Amino acid sequence: MESLSNRKKVVSNKKMTFIESLYIPVIAAGMGLTFKHMFQKAATYRSPEQKREFSPYYRGMHVLKRDEEGRENCTACGLCAVACPAEAITMVASERKPGEEHLYREEKYASIYEINMLRCIFCGLCEEACPKEAIFLTDRLVPSNFERQSFVYGKDKLVEDMNNRIDITKRQHTGKRGKR
Amino acid sequence: MVKVTIDGVEIEVEEGTTILNAARQAGGDIVPPAMCYYTGLEGSGGKCRSCLVEVAAGSERDPRPMPKLMASCRTEVQHGMVVKNKTSERVIDAREGVTEFLLINHPLDCPICDQAGECDLQDLSFKHGVEWSRFEEEKRTFAPRDIGDKIKLHMNRCIMCYRCVFVAQQLTNKRVHGVLNRGDRSEISTYIEQALDSDFIGNVIDVCPVGALTDKTFRFKSRVWFLKPMNAHRDCPTCQGIATVWMFGNEIYRVTGRKDKYSEIERHNGKTAWICDTCRFETKDVAKWVIEGPRIINRYSVISTNHYTNENPLDAKKDPKKLQ
Repeated sequence: MESLSNRKKVVSNKKMTFIESLYIPVIAAGMGLTFKHMFQKAATYRSPEQKREFSPYYRGMHVLKRDEEGRENCTACGLCAVACPAEAITMVASERKPGEEHLYREEKYASIYEINMLRCIFCGLCEEACPKEAIFLTDRLVPSNFERQSFVYGKDKLVEDMNNRIDITKRQHTGKRGKR
Repeated sequence: MVKVTIDGVEIEVEEGTTILNAARQAGGDIVPPAMCYYTGLEGSGGKCRSCLVEVAAGSERDPRPMPKLMASCRTEVQHGMVVKNKTSERVIDAREGVTEFLLINHPLDCPICDQAGECDLQDLSFKHGVEWSRFEEEKRTFAPRDIGDKIKLHMNRCIMCYRCVFVAQQLTNKRVHGVLNRGDRSEISTYIEQALDSDFIGNVIDVCPVGALTDKTFRFKSRVWFLKPMNAHRDCPTCQGIATVWMFGNEIYRVTGRKDKYSEIERHNGKTAWICDTCRFETKDVAKWVIEGPRIINRYSVISTNHYTNENPLDAKKDPKKLQ
């Protein structure tokens, strides 16, 4: 049969010459290649001490962003939950009361927002669906744990801390929508 | 009977039918969108201009084209009339402009609005609008207000279709709300802060094409696409009791009238099946309703996400033999 990929190599039983049967030139060439690699940059890195750089689009643990004034961006519209293929997101919406304008940007907000990190497949569709630039996936990793229930992340773990803000500018490469 | 051609589709309709209704009788995608016209409400239509069509030939006797685009919800057909809707470039261009004008003062707060997912303005702008806005000025804003204890009015979202005014005028004994002021300052308002109380005033929520009038008992409870609309009925002394209940599991989140594909309340027993406020706001106990079954939803609607009844099921689903 003809090979479809046309990459098949036929083994040849060619008889070696005397020089070839000594193996010395081939061994020298092989040692030379090994020796050359001693002066090249290592492909590996020293894991615990050195940290590898993440891709700017790495999809790790989610963050619920606040705006410049510290108000939560999320309005509990539910688009992330309907986009989620793993059914990992759930939320309860509440109405903002007078006097809470400094906490929430719009008149509706998520009083409960939960992501089940065991269900989540980190596909980033929630981030893509979000019309309010509220949810982003970050380069942080979800820490391991022995308790299944501890993987249901609520607002306490997801909403960003104002004193320790998470930079997502690299992810916002698409720019604002609706402008031309 | 008069004969009329809409986008190449020939149809015979009764004399006095409007172009819009003739197109609806023919069905399909030649039907112009309508934001303010409502079959069950007398005098509605002619306000939003989203149903503009081009009349290429006025009638058989006088085949001259009408110089301007006509509002199809208010123009009656004549024998031999030739109408162009989606085949006319002028109409497509005008509709884009109308959509832009309707959105000028619209806050575009769909993520917050309870109407999102079943909103006529969303559908209109998705189909006929453009994805950017040229409007740079400040939008006019009003504070959200309560109309009675069950209805919330978001004047920002209103497109001035007057449907709710017609509902109050024609369905209830007394109308205490109407449109104040003129131009872009006009607003729907109740007479001296008087609450609307009447057995049928809840229908203003159903007729509102946008999220300007919403149900306070359902306010921010869920989104429409997470709920499953079910046909249900009950014995009601006030109304026909034919409604759609929006369920999540075995819980009723809200009750609305049964809307057809033009988001108008369906007709049952020869009458438009308006539902009363008791059915709408106070009857959310599953035991009080007879659930008939799931409603048929357009498969391209966001409401049909994760639901199993589709308007156009795949051929294989219609005929299980084809699966083999």
